[in-house]
Amino acid sequence: MVKPAGAEQVLRLEKVCKAYNIGQPAEIEVLHDIDMTLDRGQFMALTGPSGSGKSTLLNLIGLLDRPTSGRLFIKGEETGRLGDTEITRLRAHTVGFIFQDHHLISAFTALENVMMPLLLDRGFPSAAAETRARDLLQRVGLAAVAGNLATNMSGGQQQRVAIARALAMNPDLVLADEPTGNLDTKSADGVFELMRDVNRDSGTTFLMVTHNLDLARRCDGIIDVVDGRIVG
Amino acid sequence: MTPWLPFEWIAAIRFLREGRMQTMFIITGIAIGVGVIVFMSGLLSSLQTSLIKRVLTSQPQIQLLPPDQIARPLRGGRPGEIEDPTIQRPSQRVVSIDQWRKIRDHMLAMSEITNVSPTMAGSALAVRGDASRAITLSGVEPATYFNIVRVPDYITAGFARLASDDIIIGIELAKDLGAVVGDRLNVKAAAGVPVVLTITGLVDFGNKGANARIAYVALRTAQSLLGVTGGVTTIDMTVRDIYAADTIAQRIQAADRVQADSWIVTNAQLFTAIKAQGSSNLVIRVFVGLSVAFGIAAVLVVSVIQRSKDIGILRAMGASSGQVLRVFLLQGGLLGFVGSLVGSALGAGGLAIWHASVRAADGKEIFPLLFEPSLFVSTAALATLTGLLAATAPALRAARLDPVEAIRG
Repeated sequence: MVKPAGAEQVLRLEKVCKAYNIGQPAEIEVLHDIDMTLDRGQFMALTGPSGSGKSTLLNLIGLLDRPTSGRLFIKGEETGRLGDTEITRLRAHTVGFIFQDHHLISAFTALENVMMPLLLDRGFPSAAAETRARDLLQRVGLAAVAGNLATNMSGGQQQRVAIARALAMNPDLVLADEPTGNLDTKSADGVFELMRDVNRDSGTTFLMVTHNLDLARRCDGIIDVVDGRIVG
Repeated sequence: MTPWLPFEWIAAIRFLREGRMQTMFIITGIAIGVGVIVFMSGLLSSLQTSLIKRVLTSQPQIQLLPPDQIARPLRGGRPGEIEDPTIQRPSQRVVSIDQWRKIRDHMLAMSEITNVSPTMAGSALAVRGDASRAITLSGVEPATYFNIVRVPDYITAGFARLASDDIIIGIELAKDLGAVVGDRLNVKAAAGVPVVLTITGLVDFGNKGANARIAYVALRTAQSLLGVTGGVTTIDMTVRDIYAADTIAQRIQAADRVQADSWIVTNAQLFTAIKAQGSSNLVIRVFVGLSVAFGIAAVLVVSVIQRSKDIGILRAMGASSGQVLRVFLLQGGLLGFVGSLVGSALGAGGLAIWHASVRAADGKEIFPLLFEPSLFVSTAALATLTGLLAATAPALRAARLDPVEAIRG
């Protein structure tokens, strides 16, 4: 695992557990005593078999869910003490998401989808937000389809828009849940290289869930989860 | 994106526009509901206004009469004897209201009362050649009385002039006597002095019975004809608030030694019918409103299910549950508002077409159509509020969606 010397710690998990159906006969613990850290500028792969707890771990790190026990720090701030409003705000400003099937909002154009995090943060559209969104679309090579609805783009294009959207708030950490899972090899390679370029250029930390071992090997390191535990 | 619109408005409009088939169907449903409300309310309020106007301009709103004449038995029995007299109701003579000028001045001083006019009324006989007819004679002061009963509005021939030897009669009475404007009538009563009067106008109150009996003369002429010099049998009045007439009448009756009848009591059946119409209209409004509300709620519940992934991704990108709540509330409000605009146009158009196609036997409109702006404003406000309320449950459901579950689908 490559760790930039003296780099700022973006994420730290201490003894994080996650259980469902607590107190019921069907109680199940899917993550056990997870300890991990991510530093600024790292590009890590998260691998493991289906059902091993990768997505649950990603949801906890993305502040979409809360651990049953243990502590989770984002940029040194412990998130367990924060209320829902503060969590929402921290998530919006610190974490960007890229999902397997892009999840663009079909009622909006590519440009508007990229503007969406800025719109949600400020409440109103602004010229600055539009400029930022256009720059990001340019960055992912999709300036020409800025006005297209999500439904009028190829899978690869939609995933590139999703990457641009994840970067809109200039987050410290981007969580990508199998971003290349639904793409052909060529498109998958293009999307991966794009994320890698962003990581190199802006120093944004990436954590990418993938089943593609070839792509995983091209990351700075691999975090392997099996049966809810980090094994490597 | 429109720069001055907040996120919630932009998202609500986009979501409605994207599901345009669903949106169109529910707006059509709301429009039909609102159209029925506007049609019914417009029809009933026009009919009521027309009826009330006709009633209130052809009779006083409050009428003061002398108290009933009652028999008072004389007590002559010895102490310890039980009396059981049979009291016969005396016939009611034409008598004047005691101290009527003082009562009139008292009425004029009351702020709720807008017009006061003394009247001398009684029965008489109108004779022309061999024909004679019993008439209800009303002696009035035209200057004040015509503000209470709009006789000039009901004149069909001649004009509303009442000098001391003039008479205005109903059109049926004129037919029965074979008289026209300018003819002379011999009028006599049981007491008093017979007079010969000239017909100056014919009136039509739209009631055959009234048109066959009614006759107006000057107050002094009636006093002389009926043998009650200087007296009046009724004081007629109008009030500022027609629906407060009965309360005012009761107050006057308690304060002065007169009997006070309001138009609400003398037209009890009409008033009950108007109230019943109002109640049935309210029931129709409530049920149509409920069906509109359930329609909006059903569409939005489906929309929340369809958009759960969008909601999840919006939450992941930083949308607060309040923002999501407002997006769906706004959709409900917008559906209600747009539906009410279309429905108001449909209802008003339908009513105008109905009004133009349905005519009285003589080809005239059955009653004038009134479109109160307040009806449209209140309907639009109510429909928007209904939309907002109907959207509450689906919006809360959307706001409470767990982003992880929503994204997973």
